[in-house]
Amino acid sequence: MPLMSRAALLVLADGRFPAGGHAHSGGAEAAVKAGRVTDAATLERFCRGRLHTTGLVAASLAAAAVLGLAADELDAAADARTPSPALRTTARRLGRQLVRAARATWPSPELDALAKAFPKGAHQPVVLGLTARAAGLEPLDAAYCALYESVSGPATATVRLLSLDPFDATGVLARLAPELDRVADRAVEAARRALTEGVDDLPAASAPLLEIGAQAHAAWPVRLFAS
Amino acid sequence: MHLDHTHTGPEAVSADARRPDGERRALRIGLGGPVGSGKTATVAALCRALRDELSLAVVTNDIYTREDAEFLLREAVLPPERITAVETGACPHTAIRDDISANLEAVEDLEDAVGPLDLILVESGGDNLTATFSKGLVDAQIFVIDVAGGDDIPRKGGPGVTTADLLVVNKTDLAPYVGSDLARMAADAKAQRAELPVVFQTLRVENGVGEVAGWVRERLAAWTA
Repeated sequence: MPLMSRAALLVLADGRFPAGGHAHSGGAEAAVKAGRVTDAATLERFCRGRLHTTGLVAASLAAAAVLGLAADELDAAADARTPSPALRTTARRLGRQLVRAARATWPSPELDALAKAFPKGAHQPVVLGLTARAAGLEPLDAAYCALYESVSGPATATVRLLSLDPFDATGVLARLAPELDRVADRAVEAARRALTEGVDDLPAASAPLLEIGAQAHAAWPVRLFAS
Repeated sequence: MHLDHTHTGPEAVSADARRPDGERRALRIGLGGPVGSGKTATVAALCRALRDELSLAVVTNDIYTREDAEFLLREAVLPPERITAVETGACPHTAIRDDISANLEAVEDLEDAVGPLDLILVESGGDNLTATFSKGLVDAQIFVIDVAGGDDIPRKGGPGVTTADLLVVNKTDLAPYVGSDLARMAADAKAQRAELPVVFQTLRVENGVGEVAGWVRERLAAWTA
């Protein structure tokens, strides 16, 4: 593994890292349409919900991948934790796009093997973890990355969907930061436990409205975001 | 783990000219330009002009619908399996320039599904004068403007008008009705683009897309040489 470089975390966590995320709203478009997200306060509640459910699950999967748990087992665990077929498709699509960007950015035999084993994409958090590993990052870094993505995607999407003041959206992310720290620690603890207990022990928190909203959204004829 | 026997290597990372199996990939040509300038109509006309001599496919980047893809399907310019729509998250220029992931995936999936292909046309969503394609996504790009959008557009320039490999000024048949001065547009385009080619076209006449189709054939000949 390459030497640890904390700056690599900035490269990977940058919203402009070219791995396809810009076309996805993390469920925000469906929530906006349903009237559940209407302003900064409701965006904050939406993001907090994501942080503790899909965010925690993604972060623990990513941290576990950095620790070296088998990618195929983690991918199956991600499938088991993603009831919505639309969200599975999205997760694999984003995983495929991330592995392409990652291999160009941090070439590694592990990423090559992952791309070969999952030509149509592994779940994005698993790819994220292996990308962090290839970049010389630690499990906690990967957890932070997954968690930040889980809230920053909906926040920027909401700026576009509601013409929300971008300062308000960024303020939401800043207010969630202390909570994000705590969830990141939980995710890494869970990933370390999975080293001995197996992937079944990883968190399986789910957000039914995100799953239902994703299924509905996938059938809309007119939408701004792919998910 | 199921492995596809025709495609066992990892997928190409970016703009490599060879596919993982060593075959030369299709030439990829991007078409960008403002909303309503005639990108989709030009793509449709190119498909009709070239489909009997080339194996080709189209990727559309609709902004919030599948209308462009559906127009091409309705016009039956190509079989449906040769037309793919990419969703762009409210940012059409991002999907063709800053983060080309979804478009790269679309072109590779087309080559896997209906290949081998000679040519893939990648149509951007209608955007503004700064929109250009990444060299990681396309090998050459066409920028389509029209006379009804204002005859000052070539003078205003911008990356699309100035740097595209081919500038197409569309709907010349409308020039008398909207008061556009074609000679002035040509002079302004020449000043902005020096030796880069410009085509004035109307698709209202037989073989209106002929010049652009000829340019595409030249690019393809250079690509396969």
